[in-house]
Amino acid sequence: MSEAMTNNANRSVIHLSGEIDLEHAPQIRKVLLGAVGQGCWILVDMAEVTYIDSSGIACLIEALQLARKNGADLGLVAVNPQALRVLELARLDTVFSIFPDLTSAVRKSA
Amino acid sequence: MPMADRDNVLIQIQLPAEVDRIKLVRPGVEAAARMCGLSLPVARDVVLAIDEACQNIIVHGYKGQGTGEIDIMLSRHEDGLLTEIRDTAPRIDPKKIVHRALSDLQPGKLGTYFMSKIMDRLEYLPAPGGGNLLRMFKRKDQSS
Repeated sequence: MSEAMTNNANRSVIHLSGEIDLEHAPQIRKVLLGAVGQGCWILVDMAEVTYIDSSGIACLIEALQLARKNGADLGLVAVNPQALRVLELARLDTVFSIFPDLTSAVRKSA
Repeated sequence: MPMADRDNVLIQIQLPAEVDRIKLVRPGVEAAARMCGLSLPVARDVVLAIDEACQNIIVHGYKGQGTGEIDIMLSRHEDGLLTEIRDTAPRIDPKKIVHRALSDLQPGKLGTYFMSKIMDRLEYLPAPGGGNLLRMFKRKDQSS
C-alpha cells in the first residue's frame, strides 16, 4: 500500500495504491483525516487500489463525514470494478461522489 | 449446510492471528473458489467474506493481541463452496453479532454485513475442544 498527496487552494488529491485493508487502515485513516480541511475538496484517486475491505471503507466514511462537517466534500476517483463492488454491497456508491477520472473530478471540484 | 469431507478439501490454511497475515490467504481462497466453479466476481466476494471473518477473529476474538491462530478450510461440494474457519478465542454468542443498519452511515460494523450478504448460509458454532467454528456456504452461481 502507498499514498501520495498533491494540494492546491481548493482541493487535495490523494493517490492510494495497493491493498486498503485492516493492516493499512490506520495509515490511510491518518492521511485522509489529515487532508480534510475547511471548505476543501478531497479527491481520493483509487485507480491503483487493488483491494478494499470494511476497514478501508470505514476510513473513507470517516473522512467523508469529517469533510462534510467542515463544509467540504470527498470524492472517489477511478474506482475499479472490484472496489466499486464493495461500495455497492454497502450501498455507498450513492453516498460518495464517484468520478470516472481525475479530469472530471477536478472540473467538478473547481 | 453440507459437512466437510476430507476428500473434497481444496485448501487448508493455518495462520497466526495477525493483521499482516490475512493478505496471504486471499490468493488461495480466490483460486479455490474458482476451482469450485464460482465466477471470478463471486470468488472475489468470497475472498472478502473470509477476509472479514478473519478480521473479526483477530480484532474481536483475540482482541488484537497478536496471539492465537486461525484455521481455514475450503471444500468443494456439488452445489458450491463450504468454508470452515476455526479459532481458539473465547466462545462468542452469535446473538450478539450484529451489523449496523446501512442507512446509519458510520465507520465500522460492516464486516458481518458483508459476510451475510455474500454467503448463502452462515452459522457460528462452538468448536470441538473450545473456540469457535464459523461455517459459510456459497452456492455456485447459475452461470457456472
